[in-house]
Amino acid sequence: MVELKLSGLKETRPHQYLVRFLFGGAATLLAGLVARYFGPAMGGLFLAFPAIFPATVTLIESHEKKRAAESGYDGTHRGRLAASIDAAGAALGCVGLMGFALIVWRMLPDRNPWLVVPLATIVWAAISFGLWELRKNRLFGHHPRSSAHRPHARSAP
Amino acid sequence: MTELVIRFLVGGLVVSLFAILGDVLRPKSFAGLFAAAPSVALATIGLTIHKEGKAFAALEAKTMILGAVAFLVYAALASLILRRGKVSALVTSLVLMPVWFGLSFGLLALVAGKL
Repeated sequence: MVELKLSGLKETRPHQYLVRFLFGGAATLLAGLVARYFGPAMGGLFLAFPAIFPATVTLIESHEKKRAAESGYDGTHRGRLAASIDAAGAALGCVGLMGFALIVWRMLPDRNPWLVVPLATIVWAAISFGLWELRKNRLFGHHPRSSAHRPHARSAP
Repeated sequence: MTELVIRFLVGGLVVSLFAILGDVLRPKSFAGLFAAAPSVALATIGLTIHKEGKAFAALEAKTMILGAVAFLVYAALASLILRRGKVSALVTSLVLMPVWFGLSFGLLALVAGKL
């Protein structure tokens, strides 16, 4: 079951928000500059650059470690496991990213961008969420005993 | 210059918004989907269409598929290494970065004649 936990916002410090903003801005700028100087084919690669992936997984690892430390034990392994689960989700999201790019590539030249871009975003969400659901329910099933040692064991697939 | 500043600000904002979505959603595997959201593309596509035209943006999207393939391999490898628990998330994600560059440029070189 997917949950919205607003308390997650409090775990991130202001400088961590700033780091992600700077990395995101830099990646977007880089994509534009590469496209300008080396052409759209090269620039397009950078539209799928894992810009904030290092910052995100590092943040998840440190949050999980902090939680474990508050409970009085070393959460190094637990933190890395949490980051691993997040990275696996990102890998699924990449298939959706391919779907997004495919829709823009095939449909943009002949159609209104105001229709194509939202449609491509919907396709990204549908593929990503669909694959996540499939992975959770079909490919791995539910293993309560094995998931008992995972971070957020109740909700993790 | 103004265009570059706008690009930077819009990019930072859109990427941050997707990252915040990842912060508040659980479970983590679902939140992870947002690490591969088309945030840079969404931030930049409007400016690209406005400045260079739709054909230019469509060609960018074509090779974005290759970048996404490289991202998939990069994220899967990162997940595999982190699961073993011996290397930190920061080191893993940075050390694997050449995998993304190598794969995306390699794939681009492979299909270059067909673009």
